[in-house]
Amino acid sequence: MTTVQSPPPGAPSRRPGEIVIEALIVLAGASTVIIVALIFIFLLREGINTFLDIPLRQLFGQRWYPIEGYYGLLPLLVGTALVTVGAVIIAVPLGIVAAIYLGEIAPTWLREILKPLIEILAGIPSIVLGFLGWVALAPIIQNLGAPTGLTAFTGSLLLAYMSLPTIISISEDALYAVPKEYRDGSLAIGATQWQTIWRVVLPAARSGLVIAVMLGIGRVIGETMAVLLVTGNAANIPAFGPGMFFSPVRTMTATIAAEMGEVAQGSLHYNVLFGIGLILFLITFTVNWLAARLVGVNGARRSRGGLL
Amino acid sequence: MEAKISIQNIYYTYADGNEALRNISFDVQANEVFVLFGPARSGKTTLLRLLNRLSDLTEDADFRGVITFNGSDIFGRAVDVYNLRRRISMVFAIPTPLPGSIRSNLTYGPQMAGIRDKHVLDQRVQHSLQQAALWDEVKDRLDSSAMALSGGQKQRLCLARSLAMEPEVILLDNPTSGLDPLSTSVVEETLRDLRERYTIIMVPHSVQQAARVADRAGFMLDGELIEVAQAEQMFLHPQNKRTEDYITGRFG
Repeated sequence: MTTVQSPPPGAPSRRPGEIVIEALIVLAGASTVIIVALIFIFLLREGINTFLDIPLRQLFGQRWYPIEGYYGLLPLLVGTALVTVGAVIIAVPLGIVAAIYLGEIAPTWLREILKPLIEILAGIPSIVLGFLGWVALAPIIQNLGAPTGLTAFTGSLLLAYMSLPTIISISEDALYAVPKEYRDGSLAIGATQWQTIWRVVLPAARSGLVIAVMLGIGRVIGETMAVLLVTGNAANIPAFGPGMFFSPVRTMTATIAAEMGEVAQGSLHYNVLFGIGLILFLITFTVNWLAARLVGVNGARRSRGGLL
Repeated sequence: MEAKISIQNIYYTYADGNEALRNISFDVQANEVFVLFGPARSGKTTLLRLLNRLSDLTEDADFRGVITFNGSDIFGRAVDVYNLRRRISMVFAIPTPLPGSIRSNLTYGPQMAGIRDKHVLDQRVQHSLQQAALWDEVKDRLDSSAMALSGGQKQRLCLARSLAMEPEVILLDNPTSGLDPLSTSVVEETLRDLRERYTIIMVPHSVQQAARVADRAGFMLDGELIEVAQAEQMFLHPQNKRTEDYITGRFG
């Protein structure tokens, strides 16, 4: 809702320069919405044939052999799910614990060193990390007994590493936003620092922590180059069990990146790759929407009073 | 009689060089309300935070002098700081209930101290709320959110949170700062009753409040303790010129 107030009598009237600047700001804000909408429309136009031309039964089949006309997305969905779940299991506890250390325990001088370092980590190009994973990490995993070093788990490790800066830095912000008075109030009646963190600070920071995790997941799902290098790119569904994390898989993103260069524009294969993009778009959209909802519920509760 | 808390020649300097306390000495007797008053930035809060070692959280500050509690040094090697804070607990200027229900605010401290018995916890909840004059207002909604209480109720809840620890000393840092006159008088009334069981050291909201609640008082100015006296003497016949100027409103 916007209300335009006329200037009070005697106040200088709005200058033209101000109107131009305001228009530019509105345009900048609107452009993000417009661009997202355009991307969605473009994906829909190029990818919609996937869902019209291929029967759903086949689309969610287990075989991905585009050359022979099999467009089963299930292996790719499973691949993405395995890599993502693995990365989240590794990155979330590590990230939150690291944030707790940084925000609550580390002395100031150490925090001043660690925070910029972690932010630099976020800037390393993913292909570089992918290469590192391929050269250094994969052989280690193979030596541990996996049939090959290029597995879902290898991808998870790399992606966890990649999403850590996001998770740590946003979690740390969330902890920082918890009023100092909460900590004082808890410590002042004899709670230890750990009790204070566990029982007071973390619950109070919950909504921020949820955002941190969701954004971390968003980063993991969308990542392409590193997983293309280290997950083995085998579009098959590993047998169910703990061992499935140590099988080669192929993610949705890697499939698009690997095959986009060799399809004929306008062919069904081409459409399906965009269809995959559309599904990815919907997944990240859902994750963000869930995050907003979770936080929104908390926000509403807080204004009513109470976090728990 | 041995003093409950004895402060001997303490100096406290923050990392930025600010000398918050300079050569302060006084005793606090058991079961008295001792009021520390003076203008802003005179060191009152710094002093209170030293008494239960919340000052430990401040990095790189320089402390000299001795503070004893029941005769033993609170900075002594064998002192368990968490146990110390359970016996000397603190209530702050801004009422900050912890996120959660009214009940969980009160059981939090005792639970952290290792008390698990539900019967004991319930008793602590009721007893502390009664002492803080809040029981009648909240007894029917102990499990609703503490954030929904009014400002005065929140402050009494924070007081009750300290009382639930069954401490020996309560430190109050301007506990009525955000309260309306009615809530303020309820809290002051409560303090008068509490002195039967506790030793209270308080930074008041105003000179008038200091005069209303104090048994004894100390006047602080720029990190120094100017004068300590019985309340009546302090507020009617101050010995020091600066105390008199402050009390009569000539500065501050």
